[in-house]
Amino acid sequence: MDLMLEVNGQTVRASAPDETLLVDFLRDTLGLTGTHVGCDTSQCGACVVHVDGRAVKSCTMLAASADGSRVLTIEGLAATTGGNDLHPMQRAFHENHGLQCGFCTPGMVMTAVAYAADHAAPDEADVRAALEGNLCRCTGYQNIVASVIAGAAAMHAGKEA
Amino acid sequence: MQPFTFRRPADLSEASALLAAEGAVALGGGMSLLPVLKQRLAAHAMLVDLSRLPPLQGISATDGVLYVGAGTTHADVAASPVVAGTIPALAALAGGIGDPQVRNRGTLGGVLANADPAADYPAAVLALGAEVVTDRRAIPADAFFRGLFLTALEPGEIITGVRFPVPAAAGYAKFRSPASRYAIVGVFVARGAGGVRVAVTGAASSVFRVPQMERALDAAFTRDALAGLTVPPEGLNGDIHAEPSFRAHLVGVMARRAVAAALA
Repeated sequence: MDLMLEVNGQTVRASAPDETLLVDFLRDTLGLTGTHVGCDTSQCGACVVHVDGRAVKSCTMLAASADGSRVLTIEGLAATTGGNDLHPMQRAFHENHGLQCGFCTPGMVMTAVAYAADHAAPDEADVRAALEGNLCRCTGYQNIVASVIAGAAAMHAGKEA
Repeated sequence: MQPFTFRRPADLSEASALLAAEGAVALGGGMSLLPVLKQRLAAHAMLVDLSRLPPLQGISATDGVLYVGAGTTHADVAASPVVAGTIPALAALAGGIGDPQVRNRGTLGGVLANADPAADYPAAVLALGAEVVTDRRAIPADAFFRGLFLTALEPGEIITGVRFPVPAAAGYAKFRSPASRYAIVGVFVARGAGGVRVAVTGAASSVFRVPQMERALDAAFTRDALAGLTVPPEGLNGDIHAEPSFRAHLVGVMARRAVAAALA
C-alpha cells in the first residue's frame, strides 16, 4: 500500500507490501538501519522507536498501522534538541558507559527518552521497571540504569528555572 | 509472514463489512496477532485494523459503571484518572501487562477477542461481572469465555467496549512468568453488589471462577477467610514453568494476596 508518514521530521511517501513490518520499512525502504532487529519476537526491544510520541517495538507493528503517524528513530533523536549535538540521553549513555557491544543501545535510548519525558527524577527501581521491555546481553544493566537516571536529569535540567 | 491485505476502515459499518469476508481478521494493537503471523502459526487473507476506530475509543464512568472502549491501550487504562478513581485494581492490572512498549500498543478488545488463557484482563472481566459490548449485543462475562482462545463472539462480531460495574473493593495478584510476563497464575477478587467473585487466569485452559472461595469471602472478606483454600490440581495447566500442583498452590496464594490488595 501507499504510505505517507512523518519520519524524523520529514514527510515520507513510499509504497510497501501490506504485510511490511515497521522495522523493515525503516531499515530496508528508508535505509534507517539504526533501529535494530534483535529477537524479532517482541522480546528484546532493540527495535524500539517512537510512534506519535510513544515507545513501540517496530518489529511488532505494521508499517501500514503507522500510516499518518509521526515516527522518531535513533537517527532523528539528536535533531529534536535543536542542534547537531547529541541528545542529553545519548550523552548520558556515553558518559556513564551505558553500553558495551551497542546492539541494544538504540532501543534502550529510545525507550529511555520516552520514559524520561515525564519522569524527571526516577530512582533505580523506576528505571528498571521502565526498561523491562529492553534486553541487554552485555552489561548487566548497571550502567544503563545509571545512564537513564543521568539522562532524565539532563533532559529536565533548567526546565524549572 | 504470509502476504495479506491490510485495511483500515473509517467506521464500524465498514469494519463489519470487511470482516464478513472469508479470511478476514480484526487487528487491534497486534501484540498477540502479529507474533502468531510472524511465526506462521496462522495466516489470514486480510487484516482489518480497528485500533483507531473512533467508536472504540474512550474511558468514562457513570452511574456506578466504568466503560472502557475496546481500542483503549493498556498504557491508557493504567494512566487513566477515571479508572484509578473507580476501579484502581483494573489500572494496576493494566500497568502490569507485558512491558511498556506492549502496553503502548495492546488493547483491551484485542486481549478479550484473543482469549489467551494466561492473559490478565479476562480475570478482571469475569470477577467484576463485566459486560462485553459488541456491535451486535452485550455479552455477560460468564457467557463470554468459552475455552482455550475461544469466546462467544460470532464470526465478524466486533468488541466495541467493556462495561465494568464499579465494585466496593477489588484486587488482583499475579505470579508472572519473568520472561513473558504473562500470568502463570493470576487471581482477581471483587466484592460487588451481588457478592464476591473470584476469577483465576493462567491456571487452566480458560479463565474460571472459584465458588468455594467466593462463599468463604461472602462470609468474611478477609485474607484469613481463604486460609487453606485452593483448587484441585486436576485439569490445571502444566509446563516448564509450573506443574499443575504448583499452579493449584499458587491459586490459593494469589487469591489471598488479591484480597489483601483489595483491602489495602
